[in-house]
Amino acid sequence: MAVKKAAAVARTPPENRTIIDKLWDAHAITTREDGTSLLWIDRHLLHEGSFHAFDQLAKRGAGVAHPELTFGIADHYAPTRGRDGSVANPEIARMLDQLSANTARHGLRLIGLRDPRQGIVHVAIPEQGLTLPGLTVVCGDSHTSTHGAFGAFAFGIGASEVAHVLMTQTLWQKRPHRMRIVVDGPLGPGITAKDVALTIIARIGADGAQGCAIEYAGSAVRALSMEGRMTLCNLSIESGGRLGLVAPDETTFAWLRGRPFAPQGAAFDAAAEDWRELASDPDAAFDREASFSGVEIAPTVTWGVSPEHAAPIDATVPDPARIADEGRAQAVRDALAYMDLRAGMRLDEIRIDRVFIGSCTNSRIEDLRAAAAVLAGRKAAAPGLVSPGSSAVKRQAEEEGLDRIFREAGLEWVESGCSMCVGMNGDIVPAGERCASTTNRNFKGRQGPGSRTHLMSPAMVAAAAVTGRLTDARALLAGREVVG
Amino acid sequence: MKPFDSLETPAIPLALANVDTDQLIPARFMKRPRSEGYGPFLLHDMREGPEGPVANPLDDPRRAGAAVLVARRNFGCGSSREAAVYALADFGVRCVIAPSFGDIFASNAVKNGLLPARVSEEDAEALLGSAWVEDGRALRVDLAAQTVTAGNLVVAFAIDPVWKTQLLNGWDDIDLTLAERPAIARFRERDAAARPWAGLAPGD
Ligand code: SF4
Repeated sequence: MAVKKAAAVARTPPENRTIIDKLWDAHAITTREDGTSLLWIDRHLLHEGSFHAFDQLAKRGAGVAHPELTFGIADHYAPTRGRDGSVANPEIARMLDQLSANTARHGLRLIGLRDPRQGIVHVAIPEQGLTLPGLTVVCGDSHTSTHGAFGAFAFGIGASEVAHVLMTQTLWQKRPHRMRIVVDGPLGPGITAKDVALTIIARIGADGAQGCAIEYAGSAVRALSMEGRMTLCNLSIESGGRLGLVAPDETTFAWLRGRPFAPQGAAFDAAAEDWRELASDPDAAFDREASFSGVEIAPTVTWGVSPEHAAPIDATVPDPARIADEGRAQAVRDALAYMDLRAGMRLDEIRIDRVFIGSCTNSRIEDLRAAAAVLAGRKAAAPGLVSPGSSAVKRQAEEEGLDRIFREAGLEWVESGCSMCVGMNGDIVPAGERCASTTNRNFKGRQGPGSRTHLMSPAMVAAAAVTGRLTDARALLAGREVVG
Repeated sequence: MKPFDSLETPAIPLALANVDTDQLIPARFMKRPRSEGYGPFLLHDMREGPEGPVANPLDDPRRAGAAVLVARRNFGCGSSREAAVYALADFGVRCVIAPSFGDIFASNAVKNGLLPARVSEEDAEALLGSAWVEDGRALRVDLAAQTVTAGNLVVAFAIDPVWKTQLLNGWDDIDLTLAERPAIARFRERDAAARPWAGLAPGD
């Protein structure tokens, strides 16, 4: 293929670069005249679904270029019960065996089902210190944007790209547009990163950040913990963004220090010096900007079949008759029919059949603490599942006695994995049932054929569990302390 | 990869926005190897109800052999599953026309020789509402000219120029990358000095 090299790469002046430019420039091996760059990939993560890529390698008789930079982890099909015995479902067992065989064949490290480090890829990999500021991180999973919380350039890819990374440790990419989303001012009590993210998606739309890399900035973002930042970046893909990130700072460094695969001691301090330089320059220009006021963000839930169908808990279900644009009105009619909701009804009148607390969006220790703060000493009116994001989170929660709170409320406390987020392991919401869920996608059938999903924060799911309907968690948190 | 030139085929009108990849292929069908074919599972839950097949635009006999699908905005949003493209391709779809696409979906599509043709919202509505499309008459997609013709209606579409070249030639990224080996080696040397904290040692 005839490819012209860019004679002089048009770069933003060095003193006016965004963090997105800095990360891009540091990884661009070569840039073609058409603006496409070959990027170096620092970390490549695999899960059971990666078998299509291994099949492509086998077809070409190709090997893995940099096995030391690739990690496999069992999560999508991980059974959440009875993990000590053999996996009962033969199809699921085959998915797990396939991952073990493929990683073993190519000499790749695997965090398997019974490894104490096991968990959802976007929860367990950062825990190991494998995600660092300034890295490119890819995985055949769209929520790879989660790792941007550390100031990494992290994005989801398809199976053909997974195969390409395995074979070359590189990827051809178009430079994304740069978008800055600023959230300023304090968040109200009981308002979490999930509420911020759903508010952003409701405003800019499920395709509002298409083609963009998003930098989240502003005082409300700076004040978030690493867990909160991961939730925020995780949901970047639900506004169509290629990736989302937060500039690394002392919060990032404190969280990373001492993690197994992070640099240790003086090497960490030296690295942190470099990482501080990643922040966007004061005069750096973005292609798009959006800003939000933290104090105006309310507890937010979804009512429809796209994450953009989100509204504050005290709002009502929209009325398609009041929407002028016919295409949009029809989308709302279709969503209400699928969700079995009436136009104009109050969101807090919606009754639920089931709850789920888990997924790479909201299954970290803070999430479980927030849900437990609502549930402590109360009974759930609906059945439900709590699946911690990693085996390490599970151990920590058990040390803190959170598992007891969930069990005493009547919820099931299970092992970690993707579980009811996507239902691949058999944990599904039965057809026609309505689930209050801490996950990221309320798509038709996402949690099982015919399932109906309402997305919200862990505290809001816990509140829905207690009352049996969508509920403002703040009322149930009054006088209770949420440990950060 | 088979080069893409032009198509003359009926089109499937799918008047929906935000058709996500979970709908394009529900997760429970993704355990099979590609060699078994993903076509029967395309939009499965829209085509099959609990009581059997449901009337839908894909299985309309007037549009048998359709290789084009027309939809509303944000087609292919959501999960990165390339299986969504496999389902379309194995069903026989070689081009999707919509006002916008999920980024990962569009990139996966091109890698499998499937054209994501971006049109304005008005043009998408015009195609969706046209009797020509409804009746299952053949429309023409011309990649070189970037046009879709349905009877008297001629609509221009956008496609990233890099993807256009790739589709027209049936090129594969890998060959291109392997030619860059010297540049990769030079980068590695530079990078090891610039970012000493980025690497990992093999083993445990
Ligand atoms: S928890 Fe859900 S969204 Fe996250 S990686 Fe697993 S399946 Fe994907």
